[in-house]
Amino acid sequence: MSKIICSAAIRGAHKIVDMAEAKYEEAVKKYGAEQEVHFPNTAYFLPIIYSMLGAKVERLGDMKDIFAECRKLLPDYVSDNVWLPYLAPALDAGMATFFAEEMFEAIRYLDAPDFYTKTEDPLENNIWLGAADDVIFRKRGVEFVDGTAPGFAAIMGAPPTKELASKIALELQEKNLYIFMHDQTNGVHMANQLKESGVQIGWGTRLVPFAPNYTSAVFAIGFACRVAMAFGGIKPGDFKGNLIYNKDRTFAFVMAFGPVSDEWYANAAGAINWGFPTISDYDIPQVLPTGICTYEHVVSNVPHEEIVQKAIEVRGLKVSVSKIDIPMSFGPAFEGERIRKDDLFMECGGGRTMGVEVLVSKDMSEVEDGKVTIEGPDIKDIQQGQNLPLGILVEVAGREMQSDFEPILERQFHHLINYIQGIMHMGQRNIMWVRIGKAAVEKGLSFTHLGKVLHGKLHQEFGAIVDKIQVKIYTDKAKVEEVMELAKRVYAERDERLGSMTDETEEIFYSCTLCQSFAPSHVCVITPERIGMCGAYNWLDGKASYQINPTGPNQPIQKGECLDPSLGIFQGINEFVGQASRGAVTELACYSLMNSPMTACGCFEAIAAMLPQCNGIMVVNRDYLGMTPSGMKFTTLAGMAGGGAQTPGFMGVSKHFMTSPKLFLAEGGLKRIVWLPKMMKEEIKDKLIERCKAIGMPELYDMIATEENGTTEEEILAFLKKVGHPALTMEAAV
Amino acid sequence: MAITRNGCEGCTEITCVSTKQVLSNDVAKNVKTAYDRVQSRGMSACLFGSGGTCCRNCNMGPCQIIDGVDDMLGVCGANADTVAARNFARVVAAGSAAHTDHAREMVRGFIDTAKGEGPHCIKDVEKLKALAAVFGIATEGREVNEIALELGEKALAEFGKQDSEPLAMTKRAPEKRQAIWKKLGIAPRGVDREVVEMMHRTHMGVDQEYENIMLQASRCALSDGWGSSMLSTELTDIMFGTPVPRRAIVDLGVLKADQVNITVHGHEPLLAEALCIAAQEPDMIELAKKQGAKGINLAGVCCTGNEILMRRGIPVAAGFVQQEIALATGAVEAMVVDVQCIMPSVTEVAKNFHTDIITTNYRAKMSGAVHIQFDEHAALESAKQILSHAIKNFKKRRDFFIPQEKKLDVVVGFSHETINYMLGGRFRASYRPLNDNIINGRIRGVGAIVGCDNFKLSDDAHEVIARELIKNNVLVLATGCAATSLGRAGLMTPEAAKYCGDTLAEICETVGMPPVLHMGSCVDNSRILIAATQMVKQGGLGDDISDLPAIGTAPLWMSEKAVAIGQYFVASGAQVVFQSLPTFGAKKFNKYLLEGLMGQVGAHWNVASEPLEIAKLMIAAIEAKRDALGINKKKERVLFDMAMRRDLTAGVPGVGCHGPGGA
Repeated sequence: MSKIICSAAIRGAHKIVDMAEAKYEEAVKKYGAEQEVHFPNTAYFLPIIYSMLGAKVERLGDMKDIFAECRKLLPDYVSDNVWLPYLAPALDAGMATFFAEEMFEAIRYLDAPDFYTKTEDPLENNIWLGAADDVIFRKRGVEFVDGTAPGFAAIMGAPPTKELASKIALELQEKNLYIFMHDQTNGVHMANQLKESGVQIGWGTRLVPFAPNYTSAVFAIGFACRVAMAFGGIKPGDFKGNLIYNKDRTFAFVMAFGPVSDEWYANAAGAINWGFPTISDYDIPQVLPTGICTYEHVVSNVPHEEIVQKAIEVRGLKVSVSKIDIPMSFGPAFEGERIRKDDLFMECGGGRTMGVEVLVSKDMSEVEDGKVTIEGPDIKDIQQGQNLPLGILVEVAGREMQSDFEPILERQFHHLINYIQGIMHMGQRNIMWVRIGKAAVEKGLSFTHLGKVLHGKLHQEFGAIVDKIQVKIYTDKAKVEEVMELAKRVYAERDERLGSMTDETEEIFYSCTLCQSFAPSHVCVITPERIGMCGAYNWLDGKASYQINPTGPNQPIQKGECLDPSLGIFQGINEFVGQASRGAVTELACYSLMNSPMTACGCFEAIAAMLPQCNGIMVVNRDYLGMTPSGMKFTTLAGMAGGGAQTPGFMGVSKHFMTSPKLFLAEGGLKRIVWLPKMMKEEIKDKLIERCKAIGMPELYDMIATEENGTTEEEILAFLKKVGHPALTMEAAV
Repeated sequence: MAITRNGCEGCTEITCVSTKQVLSNDVAKNVKTAYDRVQSRGMSACLFGSGGTCCRNCNMGPCQIIDGVDDMLGVCGANADTVAARNFARVVAAGSAAHTDHAREMVRGFIDTAKGEGPHCIKDVEKLKALAAVFGIATEGREVNEIALELGEKALAEFGKQDSEPLAMTKRAPEKRQAIWKKLGIAPRGVDREVVEMMHRTHMGVDQEYENIMLQASRCALSDGWGSSMLSTELTDIMFGTPVPRRAIVDLGVLKADQVNITVHGHEPLLAEALCIAAQEPDMIELAKKQGAKGINLAGVCCTGNEILMRRGIPVAAGFVQQEIALATGAVEAMVVDVQCIMPSVTEVAKNFHTDIITTNYRAKMSGAVHIQFDEHAALESAKQILSHAIKNFKKRRDFFIPQEKKLDVVVGFSHETINYMLGGRFRASYRPLNDNIINGRIRGVGAIVGCDNFKLSDDAHEVIARELIKNNVLVLATGCAATSLGRAGLMTPEAAKYCGDTLAEICETVGMPPVLHMGSCVDNSRILIAATQMVKQGGLGDDISDLPAIGTAPLWMSEKAVAIGQYFVASGAQVVFQSLPTFGAKKFNKYLLEGLMGQVGAHWNVASEPLEIAKLMIAAIEAKRDALGINKKKERVLFDMAMRRDLTAGVPGVGCHGPGGA
């Protein structure tokens, strides 16, 4: 009975647009039409309106045209008899609903600045986070792009009990989905249910309490719109491109609990435009024919024990979840979970005790696959608060295994251990730190479970390389010291090998098109001295990945003849990129910002931009929210650099690349760097100073300005003159 | 005294209740209709004429040819196949010519409008720009009327084009189809030229090979479907507005007892639109009131009716066969006619009443009618003159009978644009849901019921076919008098979904649409070509119109135009079923039409004599296409993982990858 749904959606849309417009008129009276309005820290204005209509709502007065558009979209009510086709009008009404709700929420940010926390995690007195800003969005967006998060569930209302709420949330987490929570059912909010059950909520655990009202559905949909613009390169105003992109690539759906109001129907109708269906536990009509969504549009009356499975089936999502036989839940959704002081049972490493993890390859005969041993006390043998030293030694063997792959496998420990619910892992190597929560201990955690996870997952992800894996865990101090000695030797050898590898010593570079699930035209080129701009994939990763999956996203590129050593232009790379970008990019300079720079999908750690007056380059990292001397914040710069297009003067870079000898080689290298945010400069301080020394300018580090020296080009120029920065006397870069 | 007249010997029973009520009413007792004439003629149709083997193309005959009898060749030696093919081709040419002359008037009206002359303006700018692109006309930064003028002039040039390039709009067809036309050498060139060449080639002693004759018949028909008819539809939409869904009513009950009833009959909407505008002018309404009427009630008949029904929701009183019956009510002040399908008998019927038949086109005059020439340069004035004449008749109205309760609700306005919109809204408009649900079998396929009505099959033939199709989950598209008939049968309301099979009902319910979609008048069959092409382009149903699970029928065809339409459908790759063809007297040629064309154009004509038989043939043809497409096999739901998403090609053309705010 689509008629009931469409009729209700159209009624709901009228109510919502009326309400929002009344709010708008009130706001104009109160603040004036010139008053600025925005969602916090985003370059995408009100993202749904921006992506669908290409219109930038920056001031209250800008809303007038959008409300006019809403009125144009709002159809007549559906008549009882001889009705006119209502599906399309209902979809349009849903769109008008979202436009109106976005403006309504924008006015809320103005009216009640503290209504939302604007943080990644709930605060003591307020659990409602509000719209994701661009920092959160880009950080999380990476997970969408690399596949660790296939989509999201936009939840309206709350399941009948808090036990069910926890169960459904957990199931969704186990499917790696984000869970966006909105509104309430009978006065109960799902986020509160989870909180009361002691479930950690916030972006870190993918359980995101957006808002206690239905109008916040636009935060979820706006997130999807931004994914398409930032990673898919869809232009604002290209509504069809955006909607189809999301239908094909963002596996999101609406999950509604309890009675469905006209307003909820209006929001559900809106979501269908994006190909996001609605799954309800309530007795409402269904819309089963396909077409706008990939499969059904509205499926109802779904029992709670089946609702998650049903939802992903209706959305057409395949989630390959490997079952790891441990008593705790396991998956990417638990990676960001924290173990706070009150929840802590014990911890290892991190300065409390000695902690080390290392992976080495052995001869086939020396490894017994699946063996997990522990020497020293296990969890069950200790009291709460009793910290232990920890050594994790993983020994692998395989016909295809190379020592070069050891660090790659070892680097997985961090996220794999983090995937265990109730355990937090930080750092790596001999600065690793593991915190174990009470909840995990209650479920029967043993250190051997870490071994099981590493054995199972490494087999799964690197099966093409390793045939046998054994894990030795030590909590006995003397034994841990032994592992530490071994590890230090291994690290030193490794670093030496990696340090001696340069772009000149290797004939093959690797491509990375992992992001093409979300950024269809972008191609990364990874060289030994230039790590992927996401910071996550280096040359060895590319090599290993190719070994594992010869037709996968990392392909070897014979770099071929070097056409320009300073710009880093290679015949073979040009040919490869030309083909892989379908002719969009015909020349790529690996070491230049100003000539044929590398394209980006949008999930870069930092962005480099030319400052013409200063004759130098600034770099800003994703977490820096403030203004930069380029006159643009990170979010705006990201728009210039992302989306698979070459924009000379703007380029995505990883933090690691900042200390590479190949950094901006064409522009004169490190000497061109004139500005960095303080937080980034601090983060890479040691290596940066080392590089300054290496180029014979140890004083350069202090000449690089930060926001403390200014955030305008004029201020920076003055500072550079004062300190005598070398960029000023270099050849003009523009 | 009520009289009983229910059909006659020689023609089938009248089932239409409004017709029966009027004819059995005292008011109509002296009215002679086609039903009576079928009876009074008392003879069955000539077999040579019916079978297509009567040749009158030169003065050595006429020659009646008997296939296979050597003594019964034509005087010139022409055999049955040559003669039947020439006759058939001349029917195609005549039908095309009718559409062409109609279209030419519309294009000329369009040019006037572009110049700012006359009461009309460019209503659908978006469609104007889309069509301008087809003609390679720049639109960026140009005035609407300037674009329209260039388009109008280029469109007009299509009629007289002398070079051998294909008509501009043929490139809207699927690429594979265009290649077939090119290979066969039947891509249409100039519209007029194709008709002329057809007439020339069928002159005595020119083209005598039926296959070769049919190549030109195809080209001539294509110049109609993808040329003149399409031009007429598109430019009329741009000028008068592309139809959108609206409610209206049909059948004789739309006539009003207390208003001036003016029926508009014929084909070219220029006149009808002007009448619609003029009828809303205060001076006209005032005049009507002065005559004692409460207002002016315009009602359509035949395809003019469909044009203003689709665009303005003006009620339709009658289709072709009911034109005399509408007058027999005695309630019509005037029937205003222009061209095509106007029975000569209407002036005789009108003589029984105060009714005037007003002819308006110099091409089409009738003795016994009042002629008021419609001057398109002074359209409003002309219209007012016509209306005034009709209004002044109101006082003369005597006894009349309107079957009041006989008016049926319809929802109309299903242009290609409407279908595209209604399946996804403004932001997701596409044919995807249609294709998807054909692929998944909820909709088995699409059946077009088009064309005229006549006295050879029962007047509920369209309804019988449509009910059978929708019961079997075949979506029905309708145009012309077939559409009026289906509206009268109550199949054009969304509530009619209850007559569908379960799965089609579910689709109708989802979209809120009737199971029978009114797509317009008979020139608007070009909309079906566009819709079919769109289905091909949307993907998943093959790569040519001939792959689609779709078929058309004109079961009660009467006019030569129907044969031209049938031939352009076949030459475009779509199967058609008629209840008879004037070709059965020539075995080889007949077989060629019914089978042989398949090899060349991927479709052929079909003949089935009974409505149910027609419906079953259509369903079988649709299922055969489904089998060929491989969509009748049950498919497992595909679930997508990340690797599959990476492998998605960029997909939608013109979409993205240039970065936010990027150029």
